[in-house]
Amino acid sequence: MPVIEVENLRKRYGERLAVDGVSFRVESGEIFGIVGPNGAGKTTTVECVEGLRAADAGAIRVLGLDPRRDGAELHRRLGVQLQESALPDRMQVGEALDLYASFYPRPADTRRLLEDVGLADQRRARFGRLSGGQKQRLSIALALVGQPEIAVLDELTTGLDPNARRATWDLIEQVRERGVTVVLVTHSMEEAERLCDRVAVIVAGRVVAVDTPAGLVARVDAEQRIRFRPLAPLDDGLLAALPEVRTVTRNGSQVVVTGTGNLLHAVTSVLARNQIVAAELRMDQASLDDAYVALTGRC
Amino acid sequence: MTGLPRLTLMELKLFLREPLAVFFSVLFPALLVAILGSVPSFRTPARDIGGLRVIDLYVPIAITFVLVMLALNVAPTFLATYRERGVLRRLATTPVRPLTLLAAQMVMGLGTAVFSVLLVLAVGRLAFGVGLPRQPVGFALALVLAAAAVFAIGLLLAAVAPSARTAQSLGSVLIFPVMFFAGLWVPRAVMPELLHRVSDLTPLGAGVQALQDATGGAWPQPLHLAVMAAYVAVFGLLAARAFRWQ
Repeated sequence: MPVIEVENLRKRYGERLAVDGVSFRVESGEIFGIVGPNGAGKTTTVECVEGLRAADAGAIRVLGLDPRRDGAELHRRLGVQLQESALPDRMQVGEALDLYASFYPRPADTRRLLEDVGLADQRRARFGRLSGGQKQRLSIALALVGQPEIAVLDELTTGLDPNARRATWDLIEQVRERGVTVVLVTHSMEEAERLCDRVAVIVAGRVVAVDTPAGLVARVDAEQRIRFRPLAPLDDGLLAALPEVRTVTRNGSQVVVTGTGNLLHAVTSVLARNQIVAAELRMDQASLDDAYVALTGRC
Repeated sequence: MTGLPRLTLMELKLFLREPLAVFFSVLFPALLVAILGSVPSFRTPARDIGGLRVIDLYVPIAITFVLVMLALNVAPTFLATYRERGVLRRLATTPVRPLTLLAAQMVMGLGTAVFSVLLVLAVGRLAFGVGLPRQPVGFALALVLAAAAVFAIGLLLAAVAPSARTAQSLGSVLIFPVMFFAGLWVPRAVMPELLHRVSDLTPLGAGVQALQDATGGAWPQPLHLAVMAAYVAVFGLLAARAFRWQ
């Protein structure tokens, strides 16, 4: 059952068409990613979903509600994390969370939530004294404090170090396990690949693809590439004769083989039969990054 | 308005964490009265100021100082910071309307103003025998109009300033001429004729005189009430037009 339905959304700022006919559906309980280049219309799209902006045209239903008309009801059931930090410097972490908790009918346990985002020790710290990562985690906590049915997170892990990023990803997975639908606006393909069930790619105000991360990767007809350094003389013809192999090239002492299908198995079998040990064996496969670059047309 | 009591309490807490703002808008005006009142010659009636004492003149001046600090320093800085930081926008995604935060800020400011004004009146009355307003209704009217006039100017400042920092510096700079014409350095009673006339047309020049007249038992002069009302109307309208939520 879809909890968010966007049909043919359009939004214009003056002369510039920011969103040009965006449509997608988010199913209950999934983590739905929205990716795309800067200025593609991602943030405008989610702002329309949150009811912060009025669309010029198109229909939006969130939990069956019209975000502009039923804003009061929607904001009780939808949690939002905005890109920028938005608290006064002198407000304490615990105060901010308790204050926001008081806005909702059934708030989360704020102490527990602070522990979940790793800010339990900063409860009495002032917002202005927090590091960028801590501010980010507090804004995630604020998005979740009302126990929302849908959480919209914009640039979730921008500015976090790798450890904090992984901890945040774990947190989002826990949130999903509680049945919360998550909409994730992100630049990070690693993040989308790790977390999202489905991803919408938005380019220049249009959705160019909606699919699972694996489905998006499969769309780019990418070649596999294997590199290694043979420790014994190798006749390139042995590899070139394989049906899986397309090209064999030498790069100094390194052999580079490209091809399709079960390339790795075919190549290593030949090497094993000829008792050639392959040092520094590497294999490159298409990733969501490649799919993204191909879909957004920047290759 | 959901959240108004909680937000007002929070605004008060945040205000109390700004030591300079608290000092200048709450303690300093009362302190000014205490310091001036401790000069013996300021406690004796003087003929050149209509038989009043200097300390009698400075109680209304200290009251307008409360208003000017809250309206031109505290309020614009808070509002511009909230807009710059996206606090109002953040609030728009919760069940609480951003307007509630502005209301909370206003309730907090009014409460602080009433407290500080009472403090000034109490110090004047208890320490130096300055009479309480003999025309309380006129006094209250003058106070409300004076507060609204400078607050309207402060709102316009918050609306047009590109950043919180600019709002704060513009406000601080504006405080000098406004308080000069209110008589902080040279009380109106001893201003030269021309200066006195200009002062009549400034929000707090008119405000001080209206408070002074009501303290003595007279109804504030129509000119001064009209001047303050004009500031409220003109600046209030401009501010309402210029204000942006984000």
